[in-house]
Order: sequence, then C-alpha cells, then structure tokens
Amino acid sequence: MSAARAGLWLGLGFLYLPIVLLVAYAFSADRIPFQWGGFSLRWFVALAGDERLIEAALLSLRVAAGAATLAVLVGGLAGFALARFGPFRGRALFGALIGAPLVLPEVVTGLSLLLLFVALEGAIGWPAGRGALTVLLAHATLGAAYAAVVIQARLAEADRSLEEAAMDLGATPFVAFRTVTLPLMAPSLLAAWLLAFTLSLDDVVLASFVSGPAGTTLPMVLFSRLKLGLTPEVNALGAVIVAVAAVALGLAALLLARVDARRGGG
Amino acid sequence: MRRPDRPPRPARRFRLAPRRLVVLLPAWAWLALFVAAPALVLLGIALGEYDTGVPPFRPPLGPGGAWQGTLANFAAVATDPFYRDGFLRSLLVAFATAALCLLVGYPMALAMARAPEARRTPLLLAVLLPFWTGFLIRVGAWIGLLRDEGWLNGVLRALGVIGEPLPLLYSDLAMYVGMVHAYLPFAVLPLYAALARRDPAVEEAAADLGARPAVVFVTVTLPLSAPGAAAAFLLVFIPAAGEFVIPDLLGPPEAQLVGRMLWGEFFQNRDWPLAAALAVALLAVLILPVRLFQRLEAGR
Amino acid sequence: MSLLRAEGVAKRFGATAALDGLDLEIAPGEFFALLGGSGSGKTTLLRLIAGFETPDAGRLLLEGRDLVPLPPHARPVAMMFQSYALFPHLSVFDNVAYGLRRAGVPREERRRRVAEALALVRLEGLERRRPHQLSGGQRQRVALARSLVVRPRLLLLDEPLAALDAGLREATGFELRALQRATGAGFVMVTHDQAEAMALADRIGVLERGRLVQVGPPAAVYERPATRFVAAFLGGANLLAGLVRADGGVDCAEAGCLLRPAAPVGRPAGAPVTLALRPERVRLRSGEAPADAVNAARGTVAEVAFRGELSTALVRLDGGATLRVSRPSAEGAPARGARVTLTWPAEALAVLAD
Repeated sequence: MSAARAGLWLGLGFLYLPIVLLVAYAFSADRIPFQWGGFSLRWFVALAGDERLIEAALLSLRVAAGAATLAVLVGGLAGFALARFGPFRGRALFGALIGAPLVLPEVVTGLSLLLLFVALEGAIGWPAGRGALTVLLAHATLGAAYAAVVIQARLAEADRSLEEAAMDLGATPFVAFRTVTLPLMAPSLLAAWLLAFTLSLDDVVLASFVSGPAGTTLPMVLFSRLKLGLTPEVNALGAVIVAVAAVALGLAALLLARVDARRGGG
Repeated sequence: MRRPDRPPRPARRFRLAPRRLVVLLPAWAWLALFVAAPALVLLGIALGEYDTGVPPFRPPLGPGGAWQGTLANFAAVATDPFYRDGFLRSLLVAFATAALCLLVGYPMALAMARAPEARRTPLLLAVLLPFWTGFLIRVGAWIGLLRDEGWLNGVLRALGVIGEPLPLLYSDLAMYVGMVHAYLPFAVLPLYAALARRDPAVEEAAADLGARPAVVFVTVTLPLSAPGAAAAFLLVFIPAAGEFVIPDLLGPPEAQLVGRMLWGEFFQNRDWPLAAALAVALLAVLILPVRLFQRLEAGR
Repeated sequence: MSLLRAEGVAKRFGATAALDGLDLEIAPGEFFALLGGSGSGKTTLLRLIAGFETPDAGRLLLEGRDLVPLPPHARPVAMMFQSYALFPHLSVFDNVAYGLRRAGVPREERRRRVAEALALVRLEGLERRRPHQLSGGQRQRVALARSLVVRPRLLLLDEPLAALDAGLREATGFELRALQRATGAGFVMVTHDQAEAMALADRIGVLERGRLVQVGPPAAVYERPATRFVAAFLGGANLLAGLVRADGGVDCAEAGCLLRPAAPVGRPAGAPVTLALRPERVRLRSGEAPADAVNAARGTVAEVAFRGELSTALVRLDGGATLRVSRPSAEGAPARGARVTLTWPAEALAVLAD
C-alpha cells in the first residue's frame, strides 16, 4: 500500500527537517540562526571558546560515565536476578521498583530524589550538598532501570540449558557464570552502558532538581539559554552533537550486526 | 543419610542461598535507598506543612513522633481550580500528543513492517537516530524553525503565501509539534514490533477470501495490531502527562500544565509540600495507564 | 552391579506429578531408550539424573553411589541437550575442551583428547569454526563429542535426533549405536519417536504419566504390548475387545468371530478383555471364511493407502470394528469395496493388562 509508504517518508521528513536545517545553518555566518549569511566556521570557533559550555560538557561526560557504570552494575545484578532466579521472595516488588523510573514522569522522579537527598543530608550528613554526585546518583537510578530491562531481555533469550551444559561438564555455578553467562551478557552490558550514558547526557529535568551550584551539566546550560531563544553557538553545538550521535549509532549498528552474525543471525 | 521425613526443598540445592544474596542484597539495597525511600519521603513531605525555615516545611511527624501532618496540600490540589485545570489540561495535551503520534506513526510502522527484510533495520535506525541527537537540541531547532523571524516564516514569505510573519512559536501548535517530534519514536517502535510480528499469510488469506486491500486492512491488519497501538499510545501518554521542558520552551507562556506547576511551586514559590502533593497526585492519575501498559506488555 | 538404579523416584511440579514412583535399572554398557509422549516425564528423569532437578522422593544410585546429594558438576554423567546447548561464543575446539578444562586436564592431553573425540564423530578440520557456522548434523556431533570427551559413565541424550532432517536421522542413528559400542558408556536416550527407540536401543521403557508401564527388548515390547497405551503408542496396533469364554477363547462381537490367543488369557470366564493385533500380522485374502471360523473375520475394504514399501488397508469387519492391515505393496492392493477375509496366527494376539 503506497499510502503507508508516503506516510513513512513524510514522517521521516518531519523527524529530520529540523535536524538537517540545524546542521546546515550551523555553517552560516549570520548572527541570526537559520538565516543564511554565507559559509563560515565562526560559530564553531566561538563554541570552542565558550568556557562555560565546555566546562558543563566535561562535567556532563564525567557524570554520564560514572552514572552509566553504576547503572550497569545495579541493572546487571537486577536483570540477572530477574532472568535467572525464577520466583524468589519479593520478586514482584523487586521488579516494580527496578522498573519504576521507566514509567514515572521525570518531574516526579527528580523531585522525590531531591527530597531524599535533602532528608539524607539532614539525617546522616551525606550526600553533603547537591552537585555532580547527586546528579550522578539520580542518573544511575534512571539508567539502572533501562539496563535491567536490556540485560534481562538478553539473558531471557539465551538458552537456559547453556549454563546447565556447563555445569554438566563439571563447572561449578560460579565457573559456569564466568565462562558462559558473562560472555553471553557482554554485548547487552555494553549496550546498557551506552544507553545509560546517553540518557544521562540528555537529561535536563532530573539534573535541574537534584543539582546544586557546583553541578551545572550541559543540558542545564542549554535549557537556560534556550529559554532566551536559539543562539548560533547553541546551533553549532547541536551540529556537533548530531555528528557524534550519528557516528556512535553507526558504530553500534556495525557492532550489533557483527554480534548477530556471530550468533548465527539470531 | 537420607531422611524420608524431610519435607521436599523448594529451591534447587545447587543454587545456594548465599550465592543469590551476593546478587540480591546490593540490588535490594539500591532499590530501597533510591527508589522506595524517595517515594516515601515524597509522600511524607506532601503531608507536611509549608514553613519559612530551611528546609521550607514542617514534617508530618514532629519531635517524638507526634502527628502534625495535614491533608491541606492534597485538598488544595483537588479543589483549587488553578491546579485542577492544570491537571485536566495536562491530560488533554498528553492524550492529543499520543493520538497524533499514533496517527503519524502508524503508517510509518506499517510501511517499515512491509519493507523488504534487508531494509527494515536501516529504516528502524533512521527512526531512532533523531532520538539520540539530544532532546534539547531538537527543541532548539524548532525554535529556529518557528520563530517570527524563523525559517518557516521566511519560506512562506518568500513564496508569497503570507505578508506578515505568523506567530508560530510559543503557541499550542509549536508545543504539539515539539511533543510529537520528541515522542514519535516511542510510538513507532511498539507499533513496528506488533506489525512486524504479523504473519503475512493471514492478510493473504483475507485477500484470497475476496477482501479488497482496504477491507483487509480494516478487518485483519488493524485489529491484529490493536495491542501494539494501545502500548504505543500509553508509552507516549505516560511521559507526556508530566512533560515540562517542551511546553516551557515552545508552548504559550500562560498555559499551566502539571509539570510546569510542580516546577514553579518548587523553584519559584519554594512550596515543597505543595509540589510534593502535585507529584503524588500526578502519580495517582497515572497509575491506571501504567498498570494498563504493564498488562499489555505482559500479554505479549 | 547395575550402572544406574532408580528406586521410587518421584517429582512433582506444582499440582502435576512428572514422575510418580519410578523404578528402573540400567546395566553397564547398555543403550536404553525412554519412550513417551510430551508430558510423560521422560525429560524430567534425565534432568534428575543430571542433577538439574532434585527428586521429591526416591533414590538414584550410580554404581551403588547415591547421586542425589551431588551437584550437577560433580556427577560422572554427561548430558546431550535437545537444543545441543553449544556455547555460541566458543569455537568447536573450545566447546569440546570445556569439560576437560574444568577437570584440569593438562594442555597436551586436552589437545589429544579433543582431537580424538572430534575424529570419533568425524569433525576433523572444523576445530576453529563457531557453532553457527555448522550444519545441524555437525552441531549434533559437536554436542556428542563434547559429552563423550569427559568419558562419562553414563551419557544422557535428550531427543538426540529430533532436530535433524529426516534424511540424516537413520545414518546418525547408526553412528550413535557405533559410538556407544566404541565407548562402552551407558546411554540413556529419551525420545517420543518409537521407531527411533526401537532401532537404537537394547531395551526400551515406555513412560505414561510419570510411570514406566513396560520395559523390555524392543521386539518383545512391540510384539507383546502390556497395555492399550503401549499398543497404540508403538506402531498403532489394532485393539479388539471381547469376553473370556470358559475354554480360554475370547468372544469378540466387534470382529464377528472367536479369538484364540496362543498365550493363556489369565482371566475368569465372562471377564472383559482387550487384545492387541499388529496390522502387519494380519493376512488378507478375497472370499468369505466360514461363519464359525477362529481367528478369521470377514469384512469389506473401506480405504487403501499406498505407503511405499507397505500398503495399509482399512477393513470394516461385519462385526462393526475397523482393522488396519499392512502388507507389502508388491503383493498388490485390494480393491475398495471388495469382500475379504482377514486371518492371523494365534501368537499375534497379545492380551493387554487393561
């Protein structure tokens, strides 16, 4: 049916129009974004000199790396338990808690985590103040929910008898985990890390709630600038982010294709 | 020695409990601290009273555990027309966004599911790529597109369609465009998953029995994809109901939505208990769609 | 001493009893096939022996040693899974070497034994391949090599031929037999395919709802099924119901004749009894037998199906029953609607317990 095909191309056009324009006009010399004033790299140069933006970006990368690592640890444990432990005591509650950040509105998660951090500081003095650490913990909580889903799904589709075969051939449960389960989980651990990393880099709501004066992330800076409208520097930054995302997704697709091929095409 | 009177053990013997504890204990601790505890604190503060101190509220339990809480915040959320209208408007915006996403996303997902096998993954990546380009960057692009001096007004003026620029930005239209743009991938993915799973032979059987293509679509394809469509709708509706950033950056400044009210109560009015009560109320409103979504997911 | 001994083994999953007090003995070097439909408990028994499940009651002894307290990795048994469960991230060599590594076999010996095992299943030269680069038959042989290389006392095979193309099954079956003889290990195979079980095993056991209803050499079980279930499951025997006479014969109204089995019926006169009769033991000729004939019934040919080597005819007897009759196609097929007489030797009639 060609109506559906037309709908697909229109939809893709709608999705890509603003992105394509954003990238194209990043190379415009004009001071007003989305106005063509001749080809120029001046806004990329201006971007490289914008210390506040650079500083926020570096902080965001550090927070995202830490949050993603923590998220994979927690989500990996939770996903493994859900996929391999069968019915254990409290499983329903466990599943509901790990998945809650997926379905809660960000404003609710952000507010409740902030209130927790305030209450914790009042009670035990930790975490002292709000900043990069609290943002990292909030992002790890969100990332762990996604990581658990990705890892559980991967383990659920892996034949359970693989681990049984390992034990049958003399592997203790720990050795079976190390030599069979962990290698099987590896691609999903990497995917979960990248997902949690991206979520952290992209989040403005959680960060705005739980951060403090010393913890301004890149999206927080972007948000405050966009409130005043789009500037050429932000436009140039957008082009950089689109380029990085395209390259990263392309690499991920290649990696997935290779892993798929190794597993015999699924 | 074997003791026949021993009751059968439910757990497999070789999965010793300590090994499981190594996995479960840290996970439980994390969930208790960062998921369960915040929810309880939120509920507690929603029952507290606004106060000018630091932190700016009186907890519901005073010294010695004496009850000094209040339901006044919930009463305000329920009865004050300002909050009530904000809730209704948020649900309306979420509903309209979800419906628009289905409308735009369904033909996309259908065309992807009908594409040759080799082209499906590239198409799927094409739908996902915008999702990874940064949420704020995409909203920023729409600002550049829709401003009075923006790209769209420029094109329309150059074509002679309009004389004066249209006030596109900071309107409901801009907000919906931004919302659909942000949430469209959420709708396409479950729709595509549902449609790609279908057995083409079923549609061929309907055609073979004399149904025209349009009739095949209405009597076979559409009903079979209904659970996927419901999941897609909810997957957009749930986060959209609490959305704050897009209405704030693209929508009309006067429009009040739950996300914005909550944000405002917290950051501008510093009324933490009221903000918490709004959050709890939003949760209560969303429980039904969330349960429905989980039911759909479990039924797959 | 028996290799494996199961005494009163029971296992429940929730409300259903997968195994219900099962007794079994397997001799060293024996090829034993457990035959049963889905849900008969046959895979559960394998998993109990391998150690993936714990019995609710009963004992499992391997060469007199109680298996139940041992975790799977400490049991001298190996299992070949229905899905083969080849490690997708390891090469053929590393798959086969996995068990030897766990046992701490030194590198040189490990290499030698993997090479031997791969030679045994004729997979030399494929050491570096990954499982997904192999055909179904090659995967099956890697799984076999991986199980055999650890020299288990007992090899458990869960539907070893089910995932193979029909054309490969017979050849692979012969190979399995040869391997079993070459290694001298006890083989316990689980299958739902009666032809496979009978072709490969020294003895077969038929499982029905968690109980072994008959155990014996294939020919004996096939010729003399003990119950209706066994008679129907193995080759689809004809069942004829009748009443025992004082002289030991059986009045069978639905066949319209007197049945006289060679073995004593073992029931009092007047008792109801069911007899099984194999389709290929029935002889068919045209014409009418005398009305009072013994082990001879008259009927009309209802359907004829050509099955290659054999043809099957459905004959509607005058007494009302329909009998399946198999005979070599070379003997020519009877015409549909023809009046025929069916006869069978007395020893072809097996008296069923139920």
